[in-house]
Amino acid sequence: MVEFFTDVAALSRLQFAITVIFHFLFVPLSIGLGLFTALAETRYYRTRKPEDKAASRFWVKIFTTTFIIGVATGITMEFSFGSNWANYSRFVGDIFGAPLAAEALLAFFLESLFLGVVLFGRKRLKPGLYLASTWVVWFGSALSALWILIANSWMQTPAGYEVVESATGGAKAQLVDFWAAALNPSTVPRYLHTVDSLVILGAFSVMAIGAYYLLRRRSAQQVAFGKRFLTTGLIVGIVTVILMLPFAHMQAAQVATTQPAKLAAMEGQWNDGPGNMTLFGWVDEANGTTTAVEFPSPGFVGILANGNADATYPGLITMKDGPVDLSNYTGPVDSVYPGGIPSVNLTFQAYHLMVVMYCLLVLWIIFAIILVRSEKHRKGKVLNYLMVFGPIVPFLAIQSGWIVAEVGRQPWVVYGLLRTDDAISMSVSAPEILITILLFIVFYAFLFVVWLRVILKMIKAGPQLEEGEAATADSSDDLKGGE
Amino acid sequence: MLSLISSPLAATGFIDAAVMDPTPLQILWFMIIGVLLLGYFVLDGFDLGTGALYPFIAKTDTEKAMVRRSVGPLWDGNEVWLLSGGGALFAAFAPAYATSFSGFYLAIMLVLFGLIARAAAIEFRSLERSLGGFFDAAFFLGSAVPALLFGVAVGNVVQGIPLDVNGDYAGLPLVGLLRPFPLACGLVGLSTMLLQGASWQSLKQPLESEVRARAVRLRRVLLILTLVLFALASVLYFLLVSPVVDFGTFGGILAIIAAALFVVGVIAAFVAQGNGMPATNPVTAKSQDVMSFVAANILPVSLIILTAATLFPYLIPSTGPGPSISVASAGGSELALTVMTIIACIGVPLVLIYHVMVYRTFRGRVTEDEALEY
Repeated sequence: MVEFFTDVAALSRLQFAITVIFHFLFVPLSIGLGLFTALAETRYYRTRKPEDKAASRFWVKIFTTTFIIGVATGITMEFSFGSNWANYSRFVGDIFGAPLAAEALLAFFLESLFLGVVLFGRKRLKPGLYLASTWVVWFGSALSALWILIANSWMQTPAGYEVVESATGGAKAQLVDFWAAALNPSTVPRYLHTVDSLVILGAFSVMAIGAYYLLRRRSAQQVAFGKRFLTTGLIVGIVTVILMLPFAHMQAAQVATTQPAKLAAMEGQWNDGPGNMTLFGWVDEANGTTTAVEFPSPGFVGILANGNADATYPGLITMKDGPVDLSNYTGPVDSVYPGGIPSVNLTFQAYHLMVVMYCLLVLWIIFAIILVRSEKHRKGKVLNYLMVFGPIVPFLAIQSGWIVAEVGRQPWVVYGLLRTDDAISMSVSAPEILITILLFIVFYAFLFVVWLRVILKMIKAGPQLEEGEAATADSSDDLKGGE
Repeated sequence: MLSLISSPLAATGFIDAAVMDPTPLQILWFMIIGVLLLGYFVLDGFDLGTGALYPFIAKTDTEKAMVRRSVGPLWDGNEVWLLSGGGALFAAFAPAYATSFSGFYLAIMLVLFGLIARAAAIEFRSLERSLGGFFDAAFFLGSAVPALLFGVAVGNVVQGIPLDVNGDYAGLPLVGLLRPFPLACGLVGLSTMLLQGASWQSLKQPLESEVRARAVRLRRVLLILTLVLFALASVLYFLLVSPVVDFGTFGGILAIIAAALFVVGVIAAFVAQGNGMPATNPVTAKSQDVMSFVAANILPVSLIILTAATLFPYLIPSTGPGPSISVASAGGSELALTVMTIIACIGVPLVLIYHVMVYRTFRGRVTEDEALEY
């Protein structure tokens, strides 16, 4: 245990894990809700009805409050590459920098500047321009995600580079083909898989708020909002949950063909052979065994990845040490695996948790269909409660999915090129990181509590009609910014 | 003939990097990063300055709401200039980004926590009134601390820091950076941002308001303070960093021009401020406030040019034992820089158009109704 507290690499990983998981609570929610905010404003633009205006104002508040936390905690991520991963930054700068600069110039300015417009500019702009601003913010955030995922994907499946000696000493990756690097093998599947999951989260959050209003039934107006939110969320939810199947398949096939160690860890496969799919189980890493219930069709991973049940994959025992010649295996496409395996049980459990969460998503969609079809929502009280807690399901799916992606590629921070342990900052000491980890925990816990309180207050107050100034002013008192 | 690539700091005995000439693209990116940081200093300068002045110019809750409203729609976009500057440094000169962010670890983290605190404060202050005092303090500290530390960081880079052979910072964490010249630079930066903040408040607060009256009076005091601190930093520079300016270099001449520009800015701001009292005639007030704000922004412009001229061709001069990090030694590959240049050619004009649109949307003085609305 003492070793952990003096291990700069382990502490840096812990700090990165804490800060990135926290950041990725708010980013998915804001990208997901951004779409619904733009949709709500589009509806208002078409109808000009006061209740649609109220709904749009409501989503703008929820969305912007969440978005700002994502922005604030995103600065941490950009700083952390240089501050905690200096050797990594030196290694990948030539490749990683371009997408990051593009993210700032092409996407981040767009979303941040127009966020201010969406938050404060309703009365100052023509309706058409205001509507455009809400879409621009969403478009900017989705574009932002693209550049970040390009950088992340390059670390998973590097392409379009060569390794050269840098002028300041040490090796570095140098760009030789921008398009090959940007559209490396995992960029497209990862982007589709990720963005779809964010919209699913948005849909489930919108449904949850709708179900909450149907439970509370404060007024006829509130029930109407509840039905509307539930229906809108459900329509988008059905589409995105169905789309997830091909997107997840693309991603899994990419892992199977380009990241054999991650695949083996996901399925707990220790020995060479066909890829069998496991349903659930436990990995004993010390003894190199997996106890699991397997999918009845043998070699199912091979069937999914390249339509061949007999395709063979290297096992974790083979890949543990040193480079492995992959040409003897019919599954993966790369020629050599550089060696090393991740924490197998963590990867295994996270992967299976994600799959279980997907099954629950389908179940929840069915619940929502039942709720919407049965006009008497009062009778579906249990289902309504389940919908209120629904967003937890996609949240867990997203977080566990990223654990698979990031833990599963260890010990490499840049697959096959740079080990995580070699990526650290040499000039930062363990006590300094311990201090900042503690500060992050305090800051982030506080931010989370305040954000939650504010959001819950907003949800409780609900969309407020502007007519009847007196009544509006009274009930929206909590929401108002003033003193 | 002037030597373009030798530094005005050459006389100071920094350990030289391998002797290499920077390529035109590397020089271009050195300038682009300067422009991005300039954009940050000018734009976020006024909102950091506003935060640092907040407890002193806004007394009642309404006044506080109005001061927050004057930066509310803009601060987020302004901060992106910092992220772009950092991203561009990472992209174009990764070793300099890695060394500075890891070498200044605790200071960088203080800046980061400051920026997070003020984002939360601006956002939550009006939504969570039970914590009003707490968020007021967070807005103040989260603005003042970064405003001070940016200058300290720049001062340290200009004075040079100890680097080992791998290019990592080899001095003491944090305390090793608290040297007289960098601290003076920190104060110059803070004072400049306070001046920008006071000028912004003069421009944005209602004509007859108490807040504007305080801001107008303060901007005169802050102007004089900034000039005094700049003189102090200059004296410390000649005493502690480099006793001479090498006029044989392009950088040396540019540095002198930039320093002169700073003084011109101070004089212009002084003239623009009129008699130093808040004008009540709307037309006079508007022209005075606009001109004062514009003149105040000559200061950050000249400071960035001065820093760039003094540093070039270094990015992080080393006092040993390892070599300095220079534009040439840290520069990215020609292909990466070409791709980034294409991205910048598309992105920068768009960014400027967005700014014009957004600043036009929120032009004019803040009204009380508006400030209390959200």
